[in-house]
Amino acid sequence: MSLEHYLVLAAILFSIGLYGALAKRNAIIILMSIELMLNGVNIAMVAFSRYIVPLLLTGQIFAIFIMVVAAAEAAVGLAIIITIYRNRESVDATEVNLMKW
Amino acid sequence: MGSAIAFWILAVVGVGAALAVVLLRDVFRAALALVLCFLTVAGIYVTLSADFLAAVQVLVYVGAIAILIILAIMMTRDLQKGSRANRLRIPALVVAVVFFGVVVFAMVNTSWRVISAPPQEPTTSALAIRLFGENGFLLPLEIAPVLLLAAILGAIVLVREK
Repeated sequence: MSLEHYLVLAAILFSIGLYGALAKRNAIIILMSIELMLNGVNIAMVAFSRYIVPLLLTGQIFAIFIMVVAAAEAAVGLAIIITIYRNRESVDATEVNLMKW
Repeated sequence: MGSAIAFWILAVVGVGAALAVVLLRDVFRAALALVLCFLTVAGIYVTLSADFLAAVQVLVYVGAIAILIILAIMMTRDLQKGSRANRLRIPALVVAVVFFGVVVFAMVNTSWRVISAPPQEPTTSALAIRLFGENGFLLPLEIAPVLLLAAILGAIVLVREK
């Protein structure tokens, strides 16, 4: 398999996640789409690490840090969603409009 | 040859699961499709001979993040409303397709300097040397747990009963 195969797969996953993050109402689905985008980026990182710098493993190190940030983001994001649900009885992102103009 | 077959199966299943995440109307089934997508990404890491990352992917994403998401879905009873799209559905689709086209155009037309060295296996000790050794990533590695601690404290403060 060549590098381009993996990069195109990463781009497909990122684009699907981008569509979901932009087009969905449910805040949890938006968070899941963001996880999809992070996974696509991780695939690209590991593919670069395998094909461009196979002896340095820099891409895999970056992928580990992306996973750390993704775990922190999921925990805080879901805590925010549960707080919003407690206050408004809904997780519809289009109804949370206090800071929209 | 075997890794090519594995790659194509994993890629097709992974893209199908990712499409199911954004297209299914049932939020809970979308979360289960997300778990399948995480698992296929772990398989993709194996075909890239990143064994440690594949294990971490299964532990962190399938083990922790997927459980968190499913728990959040069960705690916020928006299941019966389903996963609806907002008014920006068509513009979002256009943006995603245009982004995909631009990125693939850039990827295919760049001449990557691919090095045909054999991959390191197993990667665990090599990763540890890169993380903890000299000229490594020790400072980011020390900052990462601080970030995790801050995230844990923030999550507890957010969902604590007043």
